[in-house]
Amino acid sequence: MHGLVNRAIQCFVRDTYSPESWERLARLSDLPASGFEAMFVYDDAVTARMLETAEHLLGKTRETLLEDIGTYLVSHENVQALRRLLRFGGETFLEFLQSIDDVPRRAHLAIPDLELPSIDVIGIEENTFHIGCTWKQAGFGHVLVGMLRTLADDYGALVLLDHQGEDGGVETISIQILHDEFSAGRPFQLAAEAHS
Amino acid sequence: MTQDASFNLGDDARDALLPMHVRLSETGQILHLGPTLAKLRRGRPLLGEDLFNVFRLRRPLGVRAFSELQEFRHKRLQFQFIDPPETMLNGMMVADDATGSVLLHLSFGTSLLEAIQDYDLHLPDFAPTDPSIEMLYLMEAKAIVLDEWRRLNLRLQSAKIAAEEQAFTDTLTGLKNRRALDHVLDRLVAAGEAFGLIHLDLDFFKQVNDTLGHAAGDHVLQVASDVMVRTTRAQDTLARAGGDEFVIVLPGTVDHDHLLNLSERLISQLEVPIPYGNDVCRISGSAGITVSHGGAKKVADLLAEADQALYASKERGRGCATLYRPGMAQISAAPQPLQKGAAAGR
Repeated sequence: MHGLVNRAIQCFVRDTYSPESWERLARLSDLPASGFEAMFVYDDAVTARMLETAEHLLGKTRETLLEDIGTYLVSHENVQALRRLLRFGGETFLEFLQSIDDVPRRAHLAIPDLELPSIDVIGIEENTFHIGCTWKQAGFGHVLVGMLRTLADDYGALVLLDHQGEDGGVETISIQILHDEFSAGRPFQLAAEAHS
Repeated sequence: MTQDASFNLGDDARDALLPMHVRLSETGQILHLGPTLAKLRRGRPLLGEDLFNVFRLRRPLGVRAFSELQEFRHKRLQFQFIDPPETMLNGMMVADDATGSVLLHLSFGTSLLEAIQDYDLHLPDFAPTDPSIEMLYLMEAKAIVLDEWRRLNLRLQSAKIAAEEQAFTDTLTGLKNRRALDHVLDRLVAAGEAFGLIHLDLDFFKQVNDTLGHAAGDHVLQVASDVMVRTTRAQDTLARAGGDEFVIVLPGTVDHDHLLNLSERLISQLEVPIPYGNDVCRISGSAGITVSHGGAKKVADLLAEADQALYASKERGRGCATLYRPGMAQISAAPQPLQKGAAAGR
C-alpha cells in the first residue's frame, strides 16, 4: 500500500483521537515507530493489520471506521490539501459527481505509483447517482461515503447517501441530490494561499 | 477565397470557445473581448482602444506598430499588459474572414497562477477544453509531493548526522574515537593551523583491570575522561585513541609552559583516588607533548613526536609530562631504571 494511504490512517488516528492513540496502535500492530513515510510503498499486510487493530482499539465497526476516515480526509484542517485537490473536480457538487471518475486519474497524473480504486458513475436515475467503486482492498466504498458526504457539505449541496453493499468486488454507493446549491458551502479559490 | 457558412461563428460562440480572445479591426482597434479577458481589465472599458495602447508586445521583438504585426499571423506572439497587473499572455492572430476583422486568441502561459490570484478567476472562466485547470491541479499536487520529499530528506539528513556522530564517538567515554581524531588532525594540518597535541597514557590502569576487573577499569576510564573534559576547553578535541591512551588536540595552543602546566594539572587530578564499590582505584598518567606551527609537519610525524615524548615521560618514572625536542629519540633510547610510584614533575 502506498505510504500516503497508511499515513492518512495514521494522521486520522492522531488528529481525531490523540497522539497516544496512534502510539498505542503502532505498538499493538507492529508499525514503524516513527510513523509512515508518505512517499514509500509498504506491504499491504501492514495496512490490513493496522485497520484490524484500530477497530478494536477505537471500538468501531470496520464500516464506521472507514467512513470516519473518509470524513476526516475532506474536513480536517491538517489535510486541507486533499480537500482542495478534490474541489478542482467541478464548480458544483453535481459537476463534481459527473466527473468523479477523473479523481483517480488526476491523482495518477500527480503520483504515478499511487494505486487508487477505480470509481465510476454506473447509473443515473432522476436525481440519484449510482457510483461503483472497485479496489483490491474491499471497504473503500465506505471511505468514499464519508468523503462524499463531507464534500457535499463543502459544496453546499444537500444529499442522501447510501452504501448499497458489495457485489463481485464492486461496491455501490447511491447518492440522491436533494438540492445542489442548498447553502453557500465553503469558498474555494483556484489558486492556493501562498505555499510555505 | 470561398467562404463556408458553417465556419461563420458569432461572438457568442467565440466567447464560449475562446473566452480570452479579442476581435480587432484591420488597424488594431479592439472591437470585441471574450468574457475572461474582459475580466482582466475590469476597471477599464477596452472597446475602441488600440491594441498597442493596452498591450506591450514582447515577442516578436522589434515590432512597434500594429501594421507591422500583420506578417506575424499564425505565429507565436507574446503580450504584456501595460498597466498593472502586468500579466504576460501568449497569443496567436488569424484573419477573421467572416467579418473582415482580425482574431487574436490569448492564454496564460507561465503567468497562470499569478493571474488566478490577481483576477480571482474560477472554473467557469476557463473553457472546458482548456488544460489550465489540470495544470493548476498538477502544480498544487506536485508542490505537496515535493514538500513531502523535502521533509523526508530533512529527516534522513538528521539521521545521517546522528549516525556520523555515533561513528566518531567512543561509546564508553563519550569522547571522540581514533577515526574522529584522524579527521581533526588531517583538517588542522591541511589548513596549516597551529595547535598543541598531548598524548596521555594512563599509568597503573592494567593493575586496576587485573585486580578489580573490567567493570572497574571501565569506570576508571570514564572518570579519567571526565577529568580531561573538565580540564580542557570546548574547542579542544579529546579522543580515546585506544585502550588507556588518550590524545588531546588544542587548536591555537602552542605555548610550551602552558601545555606542560595543563598536562601536570591533568595528571595530578588523575592521581586523586577513585572509589569503586568498597575499593579504591589509584592511577596516574604520563604525557608526551608536541606542537605544530602549521608548517610541513605531517600528522604521522606529530604523533610519532608525541609518542617519543611520552616514552621519555615513562622513562623518567611516569606521572609526568615531557615536551618533545628534536633529537629526543636518541636520548630516550638509552634504558633508564623505572622508578616506582607516580612522581610528578618534568
